[in-house]
Amino acid sequence: MTRPTETPITLAATEGRVTPRAAIPADAPLALRGLTVSYGEKPAVFSVDATFAPEAMTAIIGPNGAGKSTMLKAALGVIPRLSGEVAVFGQPIDVARDRIAYVPQRASVDWDFPTTVIDVVLMGLYRRVGLLGRLTGAHLSRARDCLDRVGMGDFAARQIGQLSGGQQQRVFLARALAQDADLYLLDEPFAGVDAATERAIIDVLKALKAQKKAVVCVHHDLATVASYFDEVFLINVRRIAQGPVAETFTAENLHATYGGRLATTHLDQLDLAQG
Amino acid sequence: MGNEFVQFSLTPMLIGILAAVACALPGNFLILRRQALIGDAISHVVLPGIVVAFLVTGTVAAIPMLLGAAGAALVAVVLIEAIKRLGRIEPGAAMGVTFTTLFAAGVLILEQTDTSSVHLDVEHALMGNLESLIWFRAKGWGSLFDPVALAALPDELGRIAVVCALVVVLTIVFWRWLKISTFDEGFAQALGLPVTAIGLGLVATAAVAAVAAFDAVGSIIVIAMFICPPAAARLVTNRLEHQVMWSVVFAVLSAVLGYVFAGYGPLWFGSQNAVSAAGMIAAVSGVILGLACLFGPHRSRVGVGREEVL
Amino acid sequence: MGNFLSALLLQAGYNAALVATGSALLGFAAGASGTFLFLRKRALVSDAVAHATLPGVGLAFILMVALGGDGRSLLGLLAGSAVTAALGLLLVEWIARRTRLSEDAAIGAVLSVFFGVGIVLLTVIQTMSAGRQAGLESFLLGSTAGMLFQDAVVIAVGGTLAVLATYLLRRPMTLVAFDPEYAAASGYDVRRIDLAMMGLVMAVTVIGLKLVGLILIVAMLIVPPVTARFWTERAGRVVWIAGALGGVAGYLGAAISASAPALPTGPIIVLVAAGLFLLSLVLAPARGVAAALLRHRRFQRRVHRRQGLLALARSEPILERYTLRVLRAEGLVRPDGVATEAGRAQAAKVARDECRWDIARQVHQDAGLTGRYDGLTPIEEVFTADEIDAFDSRLGGPRPVGGLA
Repeated sequence: MTRPTETPITLAATEGRVTPRAAIPADAPLALRGLTVSYGEKPAVFSVDATFAPEAMTAIIGPNGAGKSTMLKAALGVIPRLSGEVAVFGQPIDVARDRIAYVPQRASVDWDFPTTVIDVVLMGLYRRVGLLGRLTGAHLSRARDCLDRVGMGDFAARQIGQLSGGQQQRVFLARALAQDADLYLLDEPFAGVDAATERAIIDVLKALKAQKKAVVCVHHDLATVASYFDEVFLINVRRIAQGPVAETFTAENLHATYGGRLATTHLDQLDLAQG
Repeated sequence: MGNEFVQFSLTPMLIGILAAVACALPGNFLILRRQALIGDAISHVVLPGIVVAFLVTGTVAAIPMLLGAAGAALVAVVLIEAIKRLGRIEPGAAMGVTFTTLFAAGVLILEQTDTSSVHLDVEHALMGNLESLIWFRAKGWGSLFDPVALAALPDELGRIAVVCALVVVLTIVFWRWLKISTFDEGFAQALGLPVTAIGLGLVATAAVAAVAAFDAVGSIIVIAMFICPPAAARLVTNRLEHQVMWSVVFAVLSAVLGYVFAGYGPLWFGSQNAVSAAGMIAAVSGVILGLACLFGPHRSRVGVGREEVL
Repeated sequence: MGNFLSALLLQAGYNAALVATGSALLGFAAGASGTFLFLRKRALVSDAVAHATLPGVGLAFILMVALGGDGRSLLGLLAGSAVTAALGLLLVEWIARRTRLSEDAAIGAVLSVFFGVGIVLLTVIQTMSAGRQAGLESFLLGSTAGMLFQDAVVIAVGGTLAVLATYLLRRPMTLVAFDPEYAAASGYDVRRIDLAMMGLVMAVTVIGLKLVGLILIVAMLIVPPVTARFWTERAGRVVWIAGALGGVAGYLGAAISASAPALPTGPIIVLVAAGLFLLSLVLAPARGVAAALLRHRRFQRRVHRRQGLLALARSEPILERYTLRVLRAEGLVRPDGVATEAGRAQAAKVARDECRWDIARQVHQDAGLTGRYDGLTPIEEVFTADEIDAFDSRLGGPRPVGGLA
C-alpha cells in the first residue's frame, strides 16, 4: 500500500503551536490534528496527530482506558472534543460524513428495543433516504445483500434481542455495509465474539480493503494484529507511534505504549517486527 | 415575634420543617440510586389511598387516611414491580402507567362519592393546608410549658415529629449499609448485606415519610422535598456525610423561608392574603437548587456520565 | 346502556359529540407523539413537562387581566402554559447534561418546583378577585362541561400538527432512541432530536390541558405506547398502534363519561386506556402473559419429548409417564416403550443436535446465548450456517441410533 501523497491541504488555524504540523494529505481517509479530549481536568486523549493510510486496515491499540475508543468517538463527534481538527479524505468531517460508516461497541444498545435485524440494517440507509423518502424494494434488497455478506441472511425478521453477541455484532457490521462508505470505523469489533463470527467479520473487512476502502479498528487483541492489519496506531493518551505493522509493531513501541503492563512472556508470543 | 407568632406560625413552621427533613433524608439515597421518581409515584397514589380509606371508614380521621395512603403506596410499588417483570417494561414507564391509572381511579371514586357532609378535597390532597395547622390554644411563648395548651397542639405536629424521629433513627442505624449498597451494590452483596431488603426498606421509609408529610404539605410538594434539598447538597459536596447534613440544612431553610414568604411576603407587596405555603416551600427549595446548579463547587460532571456521551 | 350507545354514535348531544371527537383526536396525537419518549426511556419527562405548564397558565391569566382582559382566553392560557413548559423541558435537559445530577432527579426537581410555583400563583389569583380564578383549577384534572367548538378546533389543529411532525421526524427519532452513538456518528444532531421528541410531548400536553388536565395527560402519553409495545416488534408500528389505542381510549372514554352523571371524562379515558393495557398485558400473542403461559406448557411438552428421544438414543429406559405419553402421541414409541422407526430417526437427530450444542457451549462462553439453549430449539435456528459447520468439523459424521431390531 502507498504512503499518503504529497499534495498538502491544510485546515484552519492551528492556534500558534510551536511545532509545525504535517499537512493533511488529500487522500488520507482520516486525519487528526491536535485532537484533545478531557473529562474535567483529566485528559483522556492529548494532542493526538494521526494520518491513516488509504486502502489499508489499521488497528488502534493501547491499554484499557488509554483513549482508543475516546479518540474515535471524539473524531466522529459522538463525544465533544476540547480541541483539534478532523479531516476525512481531505475535507472537514462534517462535509464528508456520508463517506464514513461507524460500528460502535455493542454495549450501548437496548436489546429489547422493538426492531428487527432487517430494520437495523435499513437504519443505515436513513441518511441516504432522508426524512420523507420511501424505502423502496431496491433499498430492501440492498439491506438483504449486506445481511448475506455477514452470514445473517436467514435472520432478517428476528428481533435483535434474540441474537447472540456475535450475531448482534454482525448485524451492526451489515448496517455499516449498507451505507456503502469509503471509510469504516469499528470500535472493538472482535471483543466478546466467538471464533466463527470473528472469521466472518475479518473476511468482510478484508473484502472491503480489496474494494479499496479504508478500515480502521480499535482493536483489543495484540495476538492478531500482525495477521489482520496492515498498519497500526499505538496510543496511550498520547500518540506513541503509527506506521506499517512491519515497522511499527515492535517490542520497543509496545513497551512505550503499555508501560509495565505487558509481561515479557506475553511479548514473546506476539508476532513482532524487528527493530 | 410575639404571641401571634406562637399561635399562628410556630406550629406550621415546625411541621413544615419536620416534613421537609423527614423527606430529605431518604431522598439523599433515592437520588443516588436513581430512584428519585419513586417519590413521584408515591405522591400521586396517596390520593386514591385516602379516598379508599374514606370509603371504607366513612370518616376523614387521620389514622385511617394515613393507613389508606400507606396501603396505596405499597400496592403501587408491588404493581410497578409486577408490570416491570410481566410486561418487560422499563421502570419509568411502569411507574407512569401505574400511578396515573391509580390516580385516575382515585379521582373517579372521589367524584362518585362526593355527596355527603364530609368533603374530600382533591386540591387539599395535592397542596396541603399548612397554614391552617395553627396552635389555637397558645397564648404566647409561655404556652410551651403549659400542659393544657400543649395538649391542644395540632395532631399533625405529633405525627410528623414521630415519623421524622423514626427516619432520623433509621438513617443513623443503617447508615453504613445504606452507604455501601448505594455506591456499589455488587460489593455490598458480596459482603453479605441484604441488598434487596435495604432497597425495599428505603422505599418503605420514603413512603412513610411521604404519607406523613402529605397531610401537611400535600402530595405533590413532597416530591420537591425528596429531591431538591438532597440534589442541591449533592452539588456542594463530595462526601455523603456532608451531603446528608447539607440536605437537612437546605430542607430547613426551604421550610422556614417558604413559610415566611408565603405568609408575610404578600404583606410586603401590599396584599392582605397569604399564598400557598406548600407551593412557596417547593419554590424556595427550587431556588436553592438552582443556585447550587449554577454555583455549587461540585456541580460538574466528572468523568463521562451517561448524559455526557448521549 | 342506551345512553352509552347513543354517545358512541355521537347522538347524545352537541357537547358530548364534541368531547368525544376531541378526546379521540387528542388520544391519537398523544399516543403517537409519546411513543418516542417511551422508546428513548424518558417516559416520565412528560410528567415534568405537564406539571411545568401550571405556572404558565397562572402567569398568562395575571398578564391578561393586567392588560384589561377577561383572563380566560384559552389561547392565551395555552400560550402561557407552553412557555413555562418549554422552559421546564430545557431545564430538565440542562440539569441532566451539565450537572452531575441524573435525569430522574432533574425531572423530579422541575416537576415539583414548577408545580409549586404554579400553586402559589393560583393562590395569588384566588386573592385577586374572588371567583375570577374559577376555571384555572380545571386545568389540573380537565373539564368538559361547556366545551366550545373552538376548543375542539385547537385540539384538531394542534393534534394534526403534532402527528405530522411525528411522522416527519420518525426516522431520526427512531435512530436516536435505538442507538444514539451511531446517530451522532452519522451526523444527526442528537440533542436537537431529543429536544424535538420532548417538544412534541409538550405540544400535546398543552393541547390536552383543557380536556383532560395536566395530571392525566401524562397517562395518555405513556399508557398507549406501553400497550402498543405488546403488539409488535417493529418501532414504526408501535407509533401508529399507540395512536390508534389512544384514539380508541379517548373516544370510548368520552362516550362512557357522557352516558351517566358523575363520570368525569379525564379519569374515565385514562381508565379505558389502562383497561386496554391490562388486556394487552394478558392477551397479546407474543409478549402477553397468557401467551407466555401457553409457551411454557408447550415448552414442558417439548422438553419431555427431547429428553425421551435422548434416552432412546442412549438406549436408556424411559421412566416418566408423561414422557412416554408425549412420545406415544407422536408415534415415536410403541405402547410398550420400544422405539419405532420414526422414533429411532428422531432420536439420532436429537443426539447429534445435543453434541453440537455441547460444542457450542464450549465455544461460546457467551452466557446470553447458552442461556437460550432451552434444550429444544433446533440448532439451525440459533446459529448461522458457517457457525454450525465449525461445530460439525469438531464432531465427525452422524451416528445411527440402535434400538430393538
